[in-house]
Amino acid sequence: MPNPKKRHSSCKRGQRRSHDALTATGVSTCPQCGEPKRPHYVCPSCGTYKGRTVIKKDEAL
Amino acid sequence: MRHNRDEKRFDRTYSHLKSMLSNMTNDMVMYGRIRTTTPKAKALRSHVEKMITLGKDGGLSARRRAFAFMKSKAAVTRLFETIAPLFKERNGGYTRILKVGNRPGDNASMAIIELVEGPQAAQAAEAAPKKKAVKKAAPAAAAKKAPAKEKKEAAPKKAAAPRKPKAAAAEGEAAPKPAVKRTRKKATDTEA
Repeated sequence: MPNPKKRHSSCKRGQRRSHDALTATGVSTCPQCGEPKRPHYVCPSCGTYKGRTVIKKDEAL
Repeated sequence: MRHNRDEKRFDRTYSHLKSMLSNMTNDMVMYGRIRTTTPKAKALRSHVEKMITLGKDGGLSARRRAFAFMKSKAAVTRLFETIAPLFKERNGGYTRILKVGNRPGDNASMAIIELVEGPQAAQAAEAAPKKKAVKKAAPAAAAKKAPAKEKKEAAPKKAAAPRKPKAAAAEGEAAPKPAVKRTRKKATDTEA
């Protein structure tokens, strides 16, 4: 069976992981309710998108 | 080999795919708006719009071609008599896809696909963001509204309990939990 000849240094490990970083999701603010929401998504808190009510949410929420 | 074929099969056989798209097209015609995953909505869009184009033709041949795909007399009738006339003035772009976030459970991207014209669109446009009363008045919405309301009323209670992520509010909750589990698993793995 093939086996690693040498242990990889922490430097090698770091180099391998240099491309693993995740980018943060963009967050925008809902113009209707001011809550944070994902851009191009219907606002999860008030259910509006581009000024239209898309999903009915209760006032109680 | 399936080089350069861009159709999405959704892990279905061709006949399964056809009947799924046909059923979803019927639902679009009957209800004007459906909620599904984003890739399915995007695949459906093209089929719905083709059917509406046939509906605008209005002839017997077009009707038969529509029926060949939709296989529902009720839906074809509604398409030709109610839906297609709404789009007389519009050249394509009959549907709208709105992304609504990810589904709890499998984290699938969900979307609402709706006809641009028609009762459900008019309703949404006329109602100001927080006026729910206007919508309740509409009969089509009433049926859907009742169950939807119940769910939403129940949602906060469930959100309070640690399990059952349901509404959008639960998204925040759902996220940390798997993370906790993962770290625990990792920890045990490394220990062992």
